[in-house]
Amino acid sequence: MTIEVRNVCKSFKDVDAVLNVNLRVESGEAVALLGPNGAGKTTLVEMIEGVQTPDSGEILILGKTWQSDESFLRQEIGLALQETRFQDRLTVEETLWLFASFYHLEKERTNEVLKIIQLESKRKTWVVQLSGGQRQRLALGIAILSRPRILILDEPTTGLDPNARRDLWKILEDFKATGTTLILTTHYMEEAEFLCERIVMMDQGKILAEGSLSQLLEKFSEGDLIEYAIDGTFPIERAKALSGVVSSHWKAESGQGLLTVKSISETLPDFLDLIKFSTASLTSLECRRRTLDDLFLAMSGRHLDE
Amino acid sequence: MNKMLFRLVISQFKLFFREPGVVFWSFGFPVLMAWILGIAFANKGEIERNIAVVAENPEEVYLVPEWLLNKTGTASTKYSRESGLEWKVGENHGEQAHFRFLVMSEDAAILALKRGQIALWIEGSPERDLRFRFDPNNTDARLTYLLLESAFRKQKSLNRKTEVLPLTTIGIRYVDFLIPGLMAISIMNACLWGIGWNLIELRIKKLLRRMVATPLKKSVFLLSHGLNRMFISAAELLLLYVFAHFYFDITIQGSLLALSLIFLSGYSAFAGIAVLISSRAENTQSGNGLINSVTLPMFILSGIFFSYHNFPDWLIPYVEVLPLTILTNSLRGVITEGIGLAQAIQPAIGLFGIGGVCFALGLRLYHWH
Repeated sequence: MTIEVRNVCKSFKDVDAVLNVNLRVESGEAVALLGPNGAGKTTLVEMIEGVQTPDSGEILILGKTWQSDESFLRQEIGLALQETRFQDRLTVEETLWLFASFYHLEKERTNEVLKIIQLESKRKTWVVQLSGGQRQRLALGIAILSRPRILILDEPTTGLDPNARRDLWKILEDFKATGTTLILTTHYMEEAEFLCERIVMMDQGKILAEGSLSQLLEKFSEGDLIEYAIDGTFPIERAKALSGVVSSHWKAESGQGLLTVKSISETLPDFLDLIKFSTASLTSLECRRRTLDDLFLAMSGRHLDE
Repeated sequence: MNKMLFRLVISQFKLFFREPGVVFWSFGFPVLMAWILGIAFANKGEIERNIAVVAENPEEVYLVPEWLLNKTGTASTKYSRESGLEWKVGENHGEQAHFRFLVMSEDAAILALKRGQIALWIEGSPERDLRFRFDPNNTDARLTYLLLESAFRKQKSLNRKTEVLPLTTIGIRYVDFLIPGLMAISIMNACLWGIGWNLIELRIKKLLRRMVATPLKKSVFLLSHGLNRMFISAAELLLLYVFAHFYFDITIQGSLLALSLIFLSGYSAFAGIAVLISSRAENTQSGNGLINSVTLPMFILSGIFFSYHNFPDWLIPYVEVLPLTILTNSLRGVITEGIGLAQAIQPAIGLFGIGGVCFALGLRLYHWH
């Protein structure tokens, strides 16, 4: 067991940020804490990082606590906090040298990290001149400098454009192969899906559900979705009776419908035949698996990106 | 456009008033300063202007000369051996002045002048020409001279001519008084802005919490800031001294060891204050306000540009325990009076003590995250 969070609570003034949370993370596991803003993700990881102290409960990391083994844990955990602004007028390599000195590392390690985070060409560039994505990569580089056994990243790609986000994911995917335990907070479901084997969904300081993506969808979802738009008269009652349809929603005024089905491959051919032999014509069609956002919406009434 | 302007102005008002720290530093602090400084500078007419009367014979020291008693008149004077002869003149507010004459030897007068305890000295007597000695570049001394001469003339007792002998001897000029004060300010600013402000900025950038989330020891982190600024501050002082030496012929009269001790202790005092100030400030406004609330009163009260002996008697004991006052007086002691290591130890202990207490308190209060 790498991390064990037992009955942890934390509140600020009259806001309960984390409410009686229990979480276990195994060695080498990648876990995403997924939830909208204000879900309690950052507070929870900051307590795991030793940046905040729980009001009650216990956190064990590698079998140790922050109270008794702070210096040991600081060596073993690499982290990237939300919105850290490094010194504007230090270069990328100077910033890495500075943090490397905190871990008694040689300069060679900073060269390795520069390669990993793909900032070799920017080594002499001042931090102030880096793009948002490059700064986030620098923050990641600092987090992995000491080859930590546990890597904690708090919303590492928030505010980045899709390309910069994908670049960072690729670096993290490669880094995961080293066997480091990863905890990541995010409100991007794609990020959680791409990087982590286990997803912990949080809202209002509580864990709503946890498991792998397929486990979550299997356990909590009612099936896949067929979204469509029709021009003309559509035999909706016959659509509801198609094989594998779990439920159906139809808005006659806009001609838009949604079928929840057990399996797209089972229902879609019959659905297309129904349209073909009716007087209606199909103006749009989207078949998709139920997503975490659909699941989150069903559980909390909120979207992940709220 | 008017609606846009109105909405923008209203929004900015709301932002302003929803930040209690900003409201305090904008409204509360100026009023507080006005109150403190208003009390300190109230009744300007009552400012005591200390004047040395140089006795020509050593036996006459502490004896008020006859001519002075005749000149001032007994009705308006008060004498005690410790506080000298006090003379209040002027009926209406614009003419009022309060002089204190201290009879002393020329050597004692030089020392008192260096320390800012007197503005000028008088030698001779009306029968043998009265000579006023002061640095004409010192506006306070010049004002004291003008008020005193006017008061003497009103007494119709200046029958013979008076003479002003400018004091331009190195060590007792106004610039000799000023340069050590500027050095002290340089040390104060190096610490409060260089250390205190930097730490506050690191907290605002969330870099402070990032750094202490590594194996870096907090004491090493703070020490690095202290050491860095200490070297820069030493270089600043050296540059200032080299300039003052070549441009104003200022030389260090005392021991370099004493100067180093005073520098180190003064630096420690202000570094400790910087840590205390930066322990909680979370934004630019409160950081600025806190630093200004410490520097501004000392800047005015500690006798950098003019002697604090002009302040009311009740205020002087408080002024004398301010770290900038202790540092300024000690630097003047070493640079112009030539004090040695033994005399520098006591103020150095005081400064180290202030630094230690502030540092310990700052660490207790420090908000690292």
